[in-house]
Amino acid sequence: MTATAAAIRQPESPQYLRLAIVTAMTLGLLYAAFNLYLIAQPLFGALLLALAVGFAIVFGANRFYNSRFIFPGVATVMLFVAFPVLYTIYLGFTNYSSFNLLTHERATEILLARGSVDAATEQPFAVAPDGDGYRIWLPESGLLSEVVYLTDDLEEAMLAPAAEPEGLLAARDAIKLRAGLQTLSLTTPEGVVIQNSGLRTFASLTPEFRRIDANTLERTADGSRLTADWSTGFFVTEAGEKVPPGWRVNIGWQNFERVFQSKGIRAPMVEIFIWTVVFAGLSVLFTFAIGLTLAVILQWPHLRFKPLYRILLILPYAVPSFISILVFRGLFNQNFGEINLILEALFGVRPEWFTNGNLARTMILIVNTWLGYPYMMLLAMGFLQAVPEDHKKAAALEGASALRVFFTITLPQILPPFLPLLIASFAFNFNNMVLVLLLTRGLPDITGTVLPAGETDILASFTYRIAFGFSSSEFGLAGAITLLIFLVVAIISYANFVAMRRAADRRSAR
Amino acid sequence: MIVERPRDLMVKKTLAHGFMILFLALIMFPFLMIISISFREGNFTIGDLIPRDPTLEHWYLAFGLDYTRADGTVISPPYPVLLWMWNSIKLGLLAAVGVLSISTISAYAFSRIRFRGRAGLLDGLFIVQMFPTTLALIALYAIFDSLGEVSPSLGIDSHLAVVLVYWSGVVLHIWTLKGYFDGIDTALDKAAAIDGASPWQTFRMIFLPLAVPMMAVVFVLVFIGAINDYPIASVLIRSENQMTLAVGSRLYLNEFKYLWGDFAAAAILSGLPITLVFLIAQRYLVSGLSEGSVKG
Repeated sequence: MTATAAAIRQPESPQYLRLAIVTAMTLGLLYAAFNLYLIAQPLFGALLLALAVGFAIVFGANRFYNSRFIFPGVATVMLFVAFPVLYTIYLGFTNYSSFNLLTHERATEILLARGSVDAATEQPFAVAPDGDGYRIWLPESGLLSEVVYLTDDLEEAMLAPAAEPEGLLAARDAIKLRAGLQTLSLTTPEGVVIQNSGLRTFASLTPEFRRIDANTLERTADGSRLTADWSTGFFVTEAGEKVPPGWRVNIGWQNFERVFQSKGIRAPMVEIFIWTVVFAGLSVLFTFAIGLTLAVILQWPHLRFKPLYRILLILPYAVPSFISILVFRGLFNQNFGEINLILEALFGVRPEWFTNGNLARTMILIVNTWLGYPYMMLLAMGFLQAVPEDHKKAAALEGASALRVFFTITLPQILPPFLPLLIASFAFNFNNMVLVLLLTRGLPDITGTVLPAGETDILASFTYRIAFGFSSSEFGLAGAITLLIFLVVAIISYANFVAMRRAADRRSAR
Repeated sequence: MIVERPRDLMVKKTLAHGFMILFLALIMFPFLMIISISFREGNFTIGDLIPRDPTLEHWYLAFGLDYTRADGTVISPPYPVLLWMWNSIKLGLLAAVGVLSISTISAYAFSRIRFRGRAGLLDGLFIVQMFPTTLALIALYAIFDSLGEVSPSLGIDSHLAVVLVYWSGVVLHIWTLKGYFDGIDTALDKAAAIDGASPWQTFRMIFLPLAVPMMAVVFVLVFIGAINDYPIASVLIRSENQMTLAVGSRLYLNEFKYLWGDFAAAAILSGLPITLVFLIAQRYLVSGLSEGSVKG
C-alpha cells in the first residue's frame, strides 16, 4: 500500500526548498560537531556528526521517505535517553569528579597560567582616558603606555617615557576597568613584560611552570619536574605529590571495587537498597489498598454526592507534587510544624520527624501514600466497571457476604489487568527521587559512612547526592552505582514486559 | 442490585458517608492549613486555623510587591515567584509542543507505515522507556557542560538544554498515541491511498484531526510533567533568575532562612492554575492513562 502511495505521491513543496533546508540544517549540525571536536570532546562531536549524516540521508534521499516519520523520535530517544544511559555507565569507569573535572589540555593550561609576582618590579599605576581608549601611567618609572581599549580580549602595548598625563581617573573608577586590565600586558623600553598584579599595581609575573612536553612541566623556580600520571589523572612532583587540578582518566573497575570492598560504602548501600525496595513495595501496597477501597465505596449505587467526593479525593493528584511535598515538609517541621502542634496538644508528644530514622521513613510513606492513592483510585474505578455485575449478584444470591464477593469475584478479575500498572508504579517509586530530595534530602545521615548516605535515601537520591551534593561531586562513583540501579530497573522492566504481554494475550483470547 | 432491608441500608449509608468525611478531613488538612498560614503574620507565628489578625503581607510578596507593615518597615519579596512561574510555564509549553509533535508522528509511523525493524524498534523503545532520564543526570550534566563551551545557549543554566531533555520523554506518549491510532479503522487510510494521498497527506488530513482529543491528553500530561520536574531542572539550572518553580520553591524552606508564611502564599499562587488545568482535563486524562498503559 505504502509503495503505491509513494509512487503516485505529488511533491508537496518544491524539491529545491526541501533540499535547501536539509542542507542548511546539516551544515549547522556539522559546524557544531566540528566545534565540539575542537574543544576536545570528540565523542560528542562524533555523535552530532552521525546525527547530521543520518538527517541528510533520511531527508535528502527520496528512497528513505518512510523513515522520515520515525527519524525525529528515534533520534531524540537515542541522543537524550540511550546515549546518556550508556555515557553514565562509561563515566562509572572514570574518575570524573570535582577533583578530576577537566580535560588534560585544560588542566595543563591552568597550571601554565599560574604565575608568581616579582616584587622588585611591582609598582602602582593610574589610568588616563584618551579618546575612546585609555593610557596607563606608571608614576614610579615615569612611563606612559600607548592607547589601549581594556576589552576582555588579550591586549599588548608598549611603554615609553613621558610626562604625567592630565585627567587621571580616581582609583575607584580605575577599579571598574579591572576585567580589561587583567588581560593587558605592557612591555617596558627594556623589554620586560609587566601585568596587572593587584588592584593598584603592575608587576612582571614569572610563570610558575614551563612546558617541556605534553606530559612534563618544569617548575621555573627550582627546575624540578612535574610528570603527568595517567593512572590517577594528576601531575605529580618528583616526591609523588599530586598537583591539582586533575583531569578525567579511565580507572577501570576501581569505582566498583570501592563500592564492594570499602565497608564505609558497602554497608550503607545495602541498607539503602533494602529500604528502596521496602519503600517502593509499601508505597504500591498502601496506595493500591486505599485507592481500591475508595473506588469500591464510590461504586456503591446507594451512595450520594459521588461527583463531589470524587473531585475532592483526586485533589492530592491534581496539585503539583513539588508543592504538596514542600507543604508537608513545613507541616512536619519539628519546631514550627502544625502537625507537631496538634500532636502535642492532643497527646503531649513531639515526634522528631526529621532526625529519627524510623519516624522519617514513616513520614515519607505517609506523604507518598497521600500523593499516590488518587491515581490508583482512578485506575481501579475504570477496572471495576469491567467486572460483570451478574457474577456478583449470583454470588450474593448464594449467600456470600459483601467481603467474600469482593475477594473471590472482584479482586481476581481486576488483578491481572492491574498488574502491569502496579509494576510500573513500583518502578516509578523505586526511582522516586523528587519525593526524597524535596522532603528529607535523605536525612538523617547514617553514622559511620564514607559518603553522605541517609536513612531515608533511596538508591537514586543517594547517587544524586554523591554527584551533585554540597561536599564534593564524585560523578564517576555515582555512575558506577547508577549501573547497579540500571540492572535492577532492567529486571523490573522485563517483568513488566512479560506482564503486559500476558494481559494483552488474555484480552485478545477473551 | 440485591434487595436489602431498609434499616441495614441506612446504617451502611451512614457508615460510608462517615468514613468518606473522616478520610476527606484527613486528606484536606494540608490544603486548609496552607491557606490559613498564607494569611498569618510572620513566618514563625503559631495560631488557629482561622488567623486572628489576617494579613496580606505574604500575598504582596508572592506577587512581587513590597509590603509596608503597620510600624513602617518595608519588606521586599524574597524571591521572584512570578518570574519562576513564567519560566515553568514556558518550559512546560515548549516541552509539550515538542513531545507532542515528535510522538504523534512517530506513533503514526509505528501504527501504519511498514519499515524494516519495526517490531524490534518498538520493543527497544519499551525497554528504554523504563530507564528514567533522571538516572542519567550525571551524563546529561557532563554533556551540557561541554555543549556550553560551544554555545552558552546550550549549556548549563540555559532553558533550551532543559527543554531538550524533556523532549526525550516521548516514548511513553508514542505508546499512548500508537494505541489510539491502532484503534482507527484501516479502511480510512486505504481509501485515502486509493485517492492518491501520500502517507504524509494521510497523516495530516485524516489521522491528525482524528487524534485531537488524545493529543490534548498528551499535551496536558507533558505540560504537568515538565512543571513537576525537580531533578533535571535542579541539575541543569543554577542561577536564581533561570529557575523553575519546582527548583525555586525549595529555597523557601531552607534551614537557615525559613520562610513558611511566604512559601504558603507563593505555593497557592503557583499551584492553583496548574491544579485547575488538571481538574478540567482529568476526565480525559483518566481514560488516556489506562488506555495508553494497557494497550500493548
